[in-house]
Amino acid sequence: MTQYSAWDWGVGSKTVADLSACDCDIEWREESLASPDGEQVAAVVKTGDAEFGVCVNGECWEPRYERVWYLKYSPDGRLTALANDQGDWTLCVNGEQWEEGYGFLWNTMFSKDGSVIACCVADSMTYGMVVDGVAWENLYANANNFILSPDGRKSAAVVQTVPLGQAEIFKFKEGVYSVAVDGEAWDVNFVNAWTPIFNTDTSLVAAQIRVNLFDYTIAVNGKPWAEIFNQVWEPRFHPKTNAVVAPVRVSGRWGMARDGKLIWQPTFFQVWQQQFNPSGDQLAAIVCPEYGRWTLAVDGKPWNTTFGDMVMDMTYSPDGRRLAALGKQDGKWTVFADDRPWSGQYDMCYAPVFSPDSAHVAARVEKQGRFTIVVNGKEYGTTFDQCFDPTFSPDSSKVLIRGIAGGKYQRIVEPVTQIIG
Amino acid sequence: MKERVWIQDEGIDRGAEKLTPERIEKTINAVLGNEAGARLKAYVETCAHCGLCAEACHFYMSRDKDPRFSPVGKVKQTIWEMLDKKGKVSVEFMKQAVQVAQTECNLCRRCVQYCPFGIDIAYMMSLVRRIAHKLEITPLYIQDTAHSHSATMNQMWVKDDEWIDALHWQEDEIREELPAARIPLDKEGAEIMYSVIGPEPKFRTQLIYQAAAIMNETGCDWTMPATPGWDNSDMAMYTGDSEMMGRLKRMHFDTAARLRVKKIVMGECGHAFRSVYDTGNRVLGWRMPPVPVIHALEFYWDLLNSGKLKVAKKFEEPVTFHDPCNVVRGRGLHEKAREVVRAFCTNLVEMYPNKEHNYCCAAGGGVINCGPPFKNARVEGNRIKAEQLRATGVKVCIAPCHNCHGGLEDIIHKYKLDIELKFLGEIIYDCMEKPNAV
Ligand code: SF4
Ligand code: SF4
Ligand code: SF4
Repeated sequence: MTQYSAWDWGVGSKTVADLSACDCDIEWREESLASPDGEQVAAVVKTGDAEFGVCVNGECWEPRYERVWYLKYSPDGRLTALANDQGDWTLCVNGEQWEEGYGFLWNTMFSKDGSVIACCVADSMTYGMVVDGVAWENLYANANNFILSPDGRKSAAVVQTVPLGQAEIFKFKEGVYSVAVDGEAWDVNFVNAWTPIFNTDTSLVAAQIRVNLFDYTIAVNGKPWAEIFNQVWEPRFHPKTNAVVAPVRVSGRWGMARDGKLIWQPTFFQVWQQQFNPSGDQLAAIVCPEYGRWTLAVDGKPWNTTFGDMVMDMTYSPDGRRLAALGKQDGKWTVFADDRPWSGQYDMCYAPVFSPDSAHVAARVEKQGRFTIVVNGKEYGTTFDQCFDPTFSPDSSKVLIRGIAGGKYQRIVEPVTQIIG
Repeated sequence: MKERVWIQDEGIDRGAEKLTPERIEKTINAVLGNEAGARLKAYVETCAHCGLCAEACHFYMSRDKDPRFSPVGKVKQTIWEMLDKKGKVSVEFMKQAVQVAQTECNLCRRCVQYCPFGIDIAYMMSLVRRIAHKLEITPLYIQDTAHSHSATMNQMWVKDDEWIDALHWQEDEIREELPAARIPLDKEGAEIMYSVIGPEPKFRTQLIYQAAAIMNETGCDWTMPATPGWDNSDMAMYTGDSEMMGRLKRMHFDTAARLRVKKIVMGECGHAFRSVYDTGNRVLGWRMPPVPVIHALEFYWDLLNSGKLKVAKKFEEPVTFHDPCNVVRGRGLHEKAREVVRAFCTNLVEMYPNKEHNYCCAAGGGVINCGPPFKNARVEGNRIKAEQLRATGVKVCIAPCHNCHGGLEDIIHKYKLDIELKFLGEIIYDCMEKPNAV
């Protein structure tokens, strides 16, 4: 696949593939997946008795496996799938498998640009990660909460460093879990650790920890904050200063702490999924300011638009000045941006997408079983049996629409003005 | 009155070694003062000690009406004493209070229906468990389960890969019978996320198989997650660890939200339903589950009434139906369940009392999860259920709840009842039309 800027941004639509056509005999075709540039559509196909392959634009990959699953496009457009080759698991990238086989592989991850691909690995009852086909040197009795740094240089997971027998509750309380970075565990154990995350230059990892059965805090490179809390959620690094923020619960209410000190007073019924904007001068989170009502808060100040069912997928615009998220009320979803909801109500919405100039926000939506995309609250005229997330062109003037209708996969580039009128 | 037996449990006993009177006092007053508040005060002030709730409790009835096993008797042995003494109670007292609250009450909420003031004894027993959690004197086995939840986000220490592997394996198995069947993993945009409890991938894979058969043969658009978040169970709810309960439920709902499903359908489990539909969502700030949750019983009913699920043959042997507290008192599913049972079974023999007045299996509320040390006492504490079952005269009992299965199994064994237990899904799987079967 070519670079994003070099994708075909010429306005128009084309049928890329007829989904019923495949150059090999197939018993069935599983879920379709479109490539980021829209030029490909792929699916796992059953090609024979206990034999599976991957069909891309009507052509099957050469290798066949006993099982193929977890089909994913990396952000750079390479197609990956987990495959079982006579008992050994491998990752297939564009039809080429990793050299090494493993006991089990799952949860494929990509660096932000897609150049690095990683998986979780279990081999001979030990656990860790494989990055671009190379496993960590140290594997552990168990590992979970896996993460690859956005630049792909490092990987980390929560690992079990001490053996634990059946019902050894007292040993458990002494701490048998730690965080391993590239397979090297911190030199300290905790009762629990969750959701490790890297800072921008990957020199630091922060994670939630539990230090006994009821005291929670955040540890950075193994060093816990001095303050403990009744509960914490996922930490996030400031993009520039390396300060760490995390939602914390104090006397039954949630606030936000930075490096252990409260920066948002604990007045909320819930706070989570906080994010800094790209420059780091603003911090937003999903909050529950009043029991049963959900919205976003920016620097601790809640918005006015609230939803009763749920709020998710908070997204910052590239310039960091705008925020959008999904809100659900009475079973119907919508997008809300800049504290205003769209007028459309949907059975499902997918994560909002901003244009590079931050002027537009779009989302894939579903209504009565039909899918389309919506830009700034205006629905695209055509609906699909299935569609994928929209992507704006580098100059923000066009939008790439990928959809399936009548068994055909289409790639469409529309001027934004055409949709928003 | 029979002598009271105080059972040895490593979790309680070793935990208690570390207690000091100061810590006990401080913890009790903190929990009762900061967390319980007005509701507890109202209960304590309104209770007329009338004892009307006593006969509601299977422990009381099964133990020859020993008042120490009556609902209010349990409060007397725990919360009242703590309040009276303003938290100045002994280590020994606390050990006994744990046994009462954690192993002699199923939090089944049968008694609340008989109290003229609607006093919720289960709530007060939960407070005692909360105190025990903070004092680290929770019974060993259920504490271990809570630890598993915290470390793996499931009840049975199932590792991330083992879960996926179990589903792959069941998919291979099911294709022997239904060649085109799938267990779609992590399918974004499916209508249904099917979630189960920890023991299913470990010991009861046939239930996943049967559920998959039902999903496939009724044409459901469904998925199961390939990540933690698949387990809807929650023993942390029953050890008073509400923080961990919140963490588990967040993971469950986040997973459903990530997969963009319209609803969560959960297997035949009672306590998990309570956690997902009632306590867990609320502790996080949601009045109702953010993604609608449908219990298996209701799901079967929906499938049957929409014509997707068709009866191929009837289960001829007479059956009885055990109402799991958490889905009848907690959700009122007893009639829907019976409609499904009647559709598939020729002869349903009711046990009495039933429906929302049904006696608990004595396993629920985390009691069975306290493990072997408490097994005999638990089974003795539910003679009345054995009598109920025996009186039906049938040889098959449908119990659509995992814990109920465990509890009833023990009762059947101890009281020598010749009864086989079944999940409703098992019967449906056996008797439904399977158009794609070979
Ligand atoms: S077991 Fe049920 S009936 Fe008995 S006290 Fe507990 S909640 Fe009430
Ligand atoms: S029935 Fe209600 S008021 Fe009477 S003893 Fe029981 S809890 Fe107290
Ligand atoms: S195990 Fe079943 S009967 Fe027993 S408390 Fe739970 S739901 Fe009720």
